[in-house]
Amino acid sequence: MPATPALRRYNKRVLISCAAYGFSLVGGISYFNNHPGAHGPTAYLAALIPALAIIGVFVAVGRYLVEERDEYLRMLMVRQTLVATAFALSLATLWGFLNSFDLAPRIDSYYVAVVWFAGLGVGSCVNALIERRAR
Amino acid sequence: MNNHLRDLRGKRGWSQQELAERLEVSRQSVNAIETGRYDPSLPLAFKIAELFGLAIEQVFTSPSKNP
Repeated sequence: MPATPALRRYNKRVLISCAAYGFSLVGGISYFNNHPGAHGPTAYLAALIPALAIIGVFVAVGRYLVEERDEYLRMLMVRQTLVATAFALSLATLWGFLNSFDLAPRIDSYYVAVVWFAGLGVGSCVNALIERRAR
Repeated sequence: MNNHLRDLRGKRGWSQQELAERLEVSRQSVNAIETGRYDPSLPLAFKIAELFGLAIEQVFTSPSKNP
């Protein structure tokens, strides 16, 4: 995609969120290693800050969709995020049922976000395929 | 939706990039519209028609007339 001003802001926000995630995760792990069994407000803060950093990426996607003035590029991102959402929800549903019948181990729910990010890659491939077929 | 954008652009001697700059959109958008991969919104369709000094139906073909 061409680097429109909205895309540049999106990239900047994603980079900031990823950096914040990395630092807060290291900080959180360090905190819980030094305070085993912590439960106070600081513990909740240490646990939630990495999550807020990931939510920052979702906010960046939303801001991009609002700020992108090129309607065709906006449509491509909408399609990409729809594919990512369908991908993540489908895998979460499949895994959930397998887990319910003891056919798959339990995994932490934040992996849905990880799968959604992978779904953005799938969405990008879908965009490329649709565009190529239409030529 | 079919359109005459490529012909109109060619008559003016504009590249896709030049047309994109006049329309304040990306070159990819112009390419997608020209090749029929993307139907522009009504405001953008009007902007395209006005840029060429034509009525909107002189640039875009109604799908009901040319399915």
